[in-house]
Amino acid sequence: MRAQTDCLSCHADQGLQDAAGHSVSVNGQKFASSLHGSLKCTECHTTIKEYPHPDTVTPVKCETCHADQAAGLAGSVHSNKADHPCTSCHGDAHSIFPKDDPRSAVYPLNVPRTCGACHGNDAMAKKNGLPNVYPMYIDSIHGFALSKEGLLVAANCQSCHGSHNILSHKDPASPTYKANVPKTCGTCHAGITADYMGGVHGTAIAAGNMKAPVCSDCHTAHAILQPTESEFRMQSTPICGSCHKDKLSTYRDTFHSQLGSLGGYVETARCWDCHGAHDVLPASDPRSPVNPANLVKTCGRCHAGANASFVQYQPHANAHNRKLNPALYFIRLFMNLLLAGTLTFFVIHTILWLIRSRYDQIKSRSAKGGKNA
Amino acid sequence: MPDLEQATGGSGLQGHKKERFFMRFTRAQRYLHAVLFTTFLGLAATGLPMRFSESYWARKFASGVGGFGAIIFFHKLCAVVLTLAFMVHLKDVFTRGVVNREKGIFWGSNSMVANWKDVKDLFGHLRWFLGLGPKPHFGRFAYWEKFDYWAVFWGMIVIGFSGYAMWFAPFFARFLPGWALNAVLVIHSEEGLLAILFIFSIHFVNTHLRPDSFPMDMVIFTGVESEEGFKKKRPEEYSKLENEGKLAARISEEPATWLVNFTRVVGTIAILIGLVLLALTLSAYFRE
Repeated sequence: MRAQTDCLSCHADQGLQDAAGHSVSVNGQKFASSLHGSLKCTECHTTIKEYPHPDTVTPVKCETCHADQAAGLAGSVHSNKADHPCTSCHGDAHSIFPKDDPRSAVYPLNVPRTCGACHGNDAMAKKNGLPNVYPMYIDSIHGFALSKEGLLVAANCQSCHGSHNILSHKDPASPTYKANVPKTCGTCHAGITADYMGGVHGTAIAAGNMKAPVCSDCHTAHAILQPTESEFRMQSTPICGSCHKDKLSTYRDTFHSQLGSLGGYVETARCWDCHGAHDVLPASDPRSPVNPANLVKTCGRCHAGANASFVQYQPHANAHNRKLNPALYFIRLFMNLLLAGTLTFFVIHTILWLIRSRYDQIKSRSAKGGKNA
Repeated sequence: MPDLEQATGGSGLQGHKKERFFMRFTRAQRYLHAVLFTTFLGLAATGLPMRFSESYWARKFASGVGGFGAIIFFHKLCAVVLTLAFMVHLKDVFTRGVVNREKGIFWGSNSMVANWKDVKDLFGHLRWFLGLGPKPHFGRFAYWEKFDYWAVFWGMIVIGFSGYAMWFAPFFARFLPGWALNAVLVIHSEEGLLAILFIFSIHFVNTHLRPDSFPMDMVIFTGVESEEGFKKKRPEEYSKLENEGKLAARISEEPATWLVNFTRVVGTIAILIGLVLLALTLSAYFRE
């Protein structure tokens, strides 16, 4: 076997190209410092036995050494080798660095940019029927932590999706499959996941009810915002309402919603301010913040001086439901009849008046020969 | 049948020589109306975005003025000013009627309280609309004006009370049942909507925009009516004063040109704002 220096006597030439015009130049210094720097060229380029070598050489097979990774990739969404050679993520084959080396294309802080080369490309996203996730991620709380703070523990693409064996979120084995999402997020957010699993949504998911929301249903998968941020507070109520439709429509009728919708006042009660966020429990549960025994405390968080009578207020009252809210139903009915009755009478009264006045005006003008017209 | 076409020029400003003018509203009453319509426009402009908080214009308007915080601040500010004006009016009525024992405040031809003549006038007016009878001779306050007055009076109490109940909910909850806190929003918004729809359509047309007084009846701004207008609009009041020899006591000066021009501009702006709010209300209401 020949040493690198033998090969580099030709391949160090920066302008060296093969018959097809591709560069076959190698930066010997960089290669020497890379992860594979101790290997001889022919350990990867196995078909080359002697010099001069044939014009065309067979492609390098990384799986010869990296069999596990190759097996994972073969079963993944990136199994098409022509579209996804190892170098598409790991970069130039002659300058591959360990993943904890900042020069590596798969160093945590570089992962989003590496994946984003394809997944931040609109045309590519459209072609494969995928969302263009890179911009969503990079503006998310995870993306900010990673790009602005350089936080190594901030979730990057592979923290949730894995690396070689990435599966579709429709595959039950995928960490992004709906039922697996709490566990995946729980890798970092262990406390929140424990809370969640104790709440109605977590219990339902654990029982196989796939209609219940997991982390990503409320927080989204890639465009995750800081929950205290006004933008998240503004967008969150419709998210709960996409399942709890009747509750959203009754919430819409209340002052909480009215003032919350108008902006600049994000403190107003959103669903989880009263119901809790991760450990949502039925109102009948004594631990629920909306259990009658806890209402004075829960309402009192915003409404200083809230007392037992105050908390009889119904944040989801339905003025159109005679059985549930009879007093409110009849008050609304009376007000509506008053409104309709008053306006109906006076609209007719006024229209008749208008017609009559105009009629008289025209008549008296023509009687005077139109001189006042 | 009286001539009607003269009413447009009937404010008598354009060089009618020696035309006499008669006092109809005192300075205090004109100011009361000014405070009333200014705060009412403010309340409507800030209340409607809350009532129709889901509509596009409400959100645009709210964010334009600084969000909900600004909206509710102006709503409360107008509410307090209007409440004070209402109190001043109540005190005025109390002083005149109870302390000074002024006659005719609570009953009679000069009173705001409805009487049998108003019922007859209403039906007479309706008959006249249909060409079935002569136009009634209206007195100092016509039945629709009394309705306006009592509608505002009732609205002040209902909307005011329900509004303050929401503003100071924990305090009101000390003596109101919990469901009343739900009810006050329904009452406040429905009664407010009625007031807005009524004022911006019925009151505007009845008092200002109908052909006889188009584009607006200036009497509430200037306080005086020309003799010709007085005779025509309030024949009963005029003849009563004439018969009792009290007409001279009501003679007043011709309104200053600046006052007429200024209030005409203010009035026009108020009416235009009201009509825009009416259009927005109707569009949001029927889309709900």
